[in-house]
Amino acid sequence: MRSAIIRSAAFWTALVTFAATNGSALAQKKYDTGATDTEIKIGHIVPYSGPASAYGVIGKTEEAYFKMVNENGGINGRKIKFVSYDDAYSPPKAVEQVRKLVESDEVLVVFNPLGTPSNSAIQKYLNAKKVPQLFVATGATKWNDPKHFPWTIGWQPSYQSEGLIYAKYLMKEKPDAKIAVFYQNDDFGKDYLKGLKDGFGAKASAIIAEESYEISEPTIDNHIVKLKASGADVLISITTPKFAAQTIKKMAEIDWKALQIVANVSASVGSVIKPAGFENAQGLLSAAYAKDAADPQWKDDAGMKNFFALLDKYYPEADRLNSSVVYGYGAAQTLTRILEMCGDDLTRANIMKQAANLKDFTPDTLLPGVRINTSATDFAPIEQLQMMRFKGEKWDLFGDVISGEAATN
Amino acid sequence: MSAVEDVVTEAPAVEAVPKRAMTLGLGTSLVVLVALLIVPLFVKNFIIFQLTMLLIYGLAVLALNILTGGSGQFSLGQSAFYAVGAYTSAILIEYTGMNYALTLPIAGLICFAFGFAFGQPALRLSGVYLALATFALATAMPQILKLGFFEHWTGGVQGLVVTKPDAPFGLPMSQDMWLYYFTLAITIGIYIASVNLLRSRSGRAFMAIRDNEIAASAMGVDVALYKTLAFGVSAGITGVAGGLGAIAVQFVAPDSYTILLAISLFLGMVVGGVGWLPGSFVGAAFIIFVPNIAEGISKGLSGAVFGVLLFLVIFLVPHGARQVAIVAQQLIGKLKK
Repeated sequence: MRSAIIRSAAFWTALVTFAATNGSALAQKKYDTGATDTEIKIGHIVPYSGPASAYGVIGKTEEAYFKMVNENGGINGRKIKFVSYDDAYSPPKAVEQVRKLVESDEVLVVFNPLGTPSNSAIQKYLNAKKVPQLFVATGATKWNDPKHFPWTIGWQPSYQSEGLIYAKYLMKEKPDAKIAVFYQNDDFGKDYLKGLKDGFGAKASAIIAEESYEISEPTIDNHIVKLKASGADVLISITTPKFAAQTIKKMAEIDWKALQIVANVSASVGSVIKPAGFENAQGLLSAAYAKDAADPQWKDDAGMKNFFALLDKYYPEADRLNSSVVYGYGAAQTLTRILEMCGDDLTRANIMKQAANLKDFTPDTLLPGVRINTSATDFAPIEQLQMMRFKGEKWDLFGDVISGEAATN
Repeated sequence: MSAVEDVVTEAPAVEAVPKRAMTLGLGTSLVVLVALLIVPLFVKNFIIFQLTMLLIYGLAVLALNILTGGSGQFSLGQSAFYAVGAYTSAILIEYTGMNYALTLPIAGLICFAFGFAFGQPALRLSGVYLALATFALATAMPQILKLGFFEHWTGGVQGLVVTKPDAPFGLPMSQDMWLYYFTLAITIGIYIASVNLLRSRSGRAFMAIRDNEIAASAMGVDVALYKTLAFGVSAGITGVAGGLGAIAVQFVAPDSYTILLAISLFLGMVVGGVGWLPGSFVGAAFIIFVPNIAEGISKGLSGAVFGVLLFLVIFLVPHGARQVAIVAQQLIGKLKK
């Protein structure tokens, strides 16, 4: 009997010791739902269908990028499982798909969801569930709000900071400008306008005319004619690609020789300038944070070589002139970087911690000098842009990289 | 679109469906009801959320079904009523702190008034012209919601975030489950009311107008009144659905209520069977789940796959779920013999 007790005591001691040592081994490897020794599950939504389906290529590029990561051995030995769903740019659909990702697919993070309306719809849910809403694909300023939404972080420069940069530039270079603003009547246009006005501050009276258009309008010619009549000598065109091309063309047609600034989203040579005609776009100004894949000056750039190598091998049908492809690459690389930094501590809290701990990180596709910096109080990763002028058939960058740190909410 | 043509041109085709055929038999209804009550206990919250959305869209399709299947008028503007209902609820909850349950009847009433008012000019239009007029309403709505004038209330382009209600009386269930049963109760209420409406004097007046306007007015039916009334009722129910949708999704924004929503609802009605009320929920299931299936088949071509699936449904069962139900009923009848 006695020996039985001793034996069982020995057994329990052994078991406890084993559990303890095993436990300490596990302590270094911490996982939340969606991460294991072999796999990290990443959730993603983007409109593959519907009115904004052009952005679907972002999802495809990211998928290609993670495929490359996996074939090269994954991240710290773990493969990435990229689960991407279509939200058709509809907020209710976005909520449904994100809930599916979190509750049914059990992903670790929701990465790069696209569109301000969709992200607004899922922000509260993800923050309540404490699931990272990582690197949202929208330029609204409100994503930089770590105090109220510690699980949401942006990626690209906010529209407001870009507006701020144009205001800074104009006040310096053309202090007596009479400015006309032409903007899209939605969150994108209005955020920009706010940035511009904030930038001008007391000198906001320099803006002598404002016109807005709806995305459903087939042509915007009458707006441009009206703006010309205002007598402005600078036109700031806060437009999406189709309308930006129309604006450039119409200005040439009616012979309005104002200095034109076009928003970064429409600075694409392939989808805006070429259709509008190179001769009409000379002297056009804009700002950029990423390299233009169509620009020959990056042909021998090490980063862009990586980019083209990825496309050649994993996404050969991609349109290289499409700026969304460059975008997807940069975002996917940033996520990969974060996951590498996390090491074996793949908890959601640690992912947010690492995402807020990026120091001078430059993905392959960003302009030299543009660096990603985040901190516990700064959830706006990219805040720098560089001014550029269109000359010949390409953009010439000029001046320094300017920071457009917008005042946080 | 043969199902729609039936309603427009071949009145007898609908006549062949007597009043009782607008609904399910008692036994079937009970089975469906029990299933709806039990299922949430066994599935994940996410599925419960999808079921809630199914009921909500089902209500909106049902509303359209009363209008089109009942009174023979078309509407591609249901998204506008849905939006008004959603915004009414959202604004009342967020700015006045009103209980969410109380906002629904208000949303319904406002939409009823809105629909009734819209029904007046619509009286002069019929068929495709009416469809176009309502289409205009649907395309205008997102822009109206963005107007600076309303922005203080609507949140403009940024939309409004709505707080999700907890289960009351400390009931031990999740927010999703509570909202599901809440929605289910309202859905059952509206469904029964709708069935009774269509069986009542007013319902007969609706159908008389649908089948032959001149004959109806000769029989003493006030055509103008009943036509606008049908619009009002339809808009009112859509408004309640919109309000529920806002609470379930926790967010309203102009982009949620585009013309695509109106087209989806229309699609749901045709797939479910025009004029067959239970079909509304089948149609709602179609517009919620089939796009997901299509996406599962091909991501890049999800739209095309959805189109093919839709084409197959319309081609194989032009009368939608109603046709399937009738065939099933006949089969069961044969088996019984």
